[in-house]
Amino acid sequence: MKKYSAFSLIKESFNNHFGWEKAWKKNNLKKRYKVIVVGAGGHGLATAYYLGKNFGIRDVAVIEKGWLGGGNTGRNTTIIRSNYLQEESAAIYEKSRSLYEKLSQELNYNVMFSPRGVMMLCQTEHELRAMKRTYYANRIFGVDTEMVSPARMKEMIPIININGPRFPILGGLWQPRGGTARHDAVAWGYARAISNWGVDIIENCEVIGVNKNKNKINSVETTKGTINCEKMCFVVAGSSSILAELCGFRLPVESVALQALVSEPIKPVMHCVVMANTVHGYMSQSDKGEMVIGGGADGYNNYTQRGSFQHIEETVRALIETFPFISRLRQLRQWGGIVDMTGDRSPIISKTPIENIYVNCGWGTGGFKAIPGSGWATAELIANGEPGELASPFSLERFKEGRMIDESVAAAVAH
Amino acid sequence: MLKFICPICEIETDETELTPGGEAHLKRMGPGSSDQNFYTYLFERKNPRGIHFERWLHSYGCGKWFHVARCTKTMEVFGTYSAQEIKPPKKILDAIKKKLPNGKNVK
Repeated sequence: MKKYSAFSLIKESFNNHFGWEKAWKKNNLKKRYKVIVVGAGGHGLATAYYLGKNFGIRDVAVIEKGWLGGGNTGRNTTIIRSNYLQEESAAIYEKSRSLYEKLSQELNYNVMFSPRGVMMLCQTEHELRAMKRTYYANRIFGVDTEMVSPARMKEMIPIININGPRFPILGGLWQPRGGTARHDAVAWGYARAISNWGVDIIENCEVIGVNKNKNKINSVETTKGTINCEKMCFVVAGSSSILAELCGFRLPVESVALQALVSEPIKPVMHCVVMANTVHGYMSQSDKGEMVIGGGADGYNNYTQRGSFQHIEETVRALIETFPFISRLRQLRQWGGIVDMTGDRSPIISKTPIENIYVNCGWGTGGFKAIPGSGWATAELIANGEPGELASPFSLERFKEGRMIDESVAAAVAH
Repeated sequence: MLKFICPICEIETDETELTPGGEAHLKRMGPGSSDQNFYTYLFERKNPRGIHFERWLHSYGCGKWFHVARCTKTMEVFGTYSAQEIKPPKKILDAIKKKLPNGKNVK
């Protein structure tokens, strides 16, 4: 693998940039791997990366139904934050956020992590109270956040309208170390690193069945042939229920559409990420100048990667009161992705009823921010066969035991 | 936008006046049931990519619940029926069978 550096850039500029090699190799499927990771999105690739880095397991294949990073990794609004209410969530999301800080250097691939700050608006009395509670919880768990008054918020974000009348700004929860990153680059950077170790990334390879012997799988049937494996982990977000059904069990998740849109590019108007949880509107400005707006999730089961028009309309309609200037912007693109929602809006990183199958799913509407931490925790689970400190609270058993990690009530919305 | 005929009002309604209510025909488990059954009732949904029998509330209309047979992969609606039906009526199953003759996804 060619190292990316100022020196290699200068060298290549004398060569008309013809000397760059492909970031990752397209290999053929081998007959057997130690570990198969299903799903080449951010979480799947990160899992393979930390398996190789932390545990030296590099006899791994990452197989993908579509193309690399083509699911929710390429469809999110790239927000990274860790200001969660519950201790278990704060641990894994903060781990993830801190890994993001050094990811570009570590992968030698610019993931454009931009700790520009995340502001969560409080637009009702209840939300203000809930955010204060989150703020105190954050202090206890060592997550760096602070409460911000409306006046200070107006200073920080001059384009904001704090007076309402319907959704006045009563305060905000500010996480200065949150921010955004280039979503595709995260997938591409991990892919480049693992491909360099000889991990096979196989695209257009859908799992169509598993061959079980008692409570263990021996091999996985795919559209590109049968692969033998010691362990399998599926990290397939919206398609988790389908894979679980193939393996012979069910998961407590439901797949729904989540949408986002971007405006035409404009000059810089807002330096940070703003999250208006009451109205389900999440906005930041990309480096290209587009206003990136995330909406709320639809309420019904859906596998089409398209959402309902009225949800996008509701989001924008509500945001216009807080950011009047966006009413003049034109929409450039709009898209949807299928997210897998759990009952408590917390993820599942767990062993399954099948001995050597592991699952990482249920990230719902907030998986992008968790990619490094989730990969770290899942790799630990696969390598040791038992969850580590980060993953153990997120087991499947928590639903049966009533041990929820409730993040839906805490933030008033799903993430 | 999804459009259904409300079986009570017998008019065409769209998503803006409806509230989704999740999987239909669940058997309610309560005290006395096994832990596994109670867990399945509470959390483990079928979540199929294909035919889904589901509940919808006509919240900005008659205010009544009804059932819908819809494909989650194509968004095709195979019909609506009363919330009092404990399983999908033959008319709906026939409509699904006509579309998917091999019976895949039809339970």
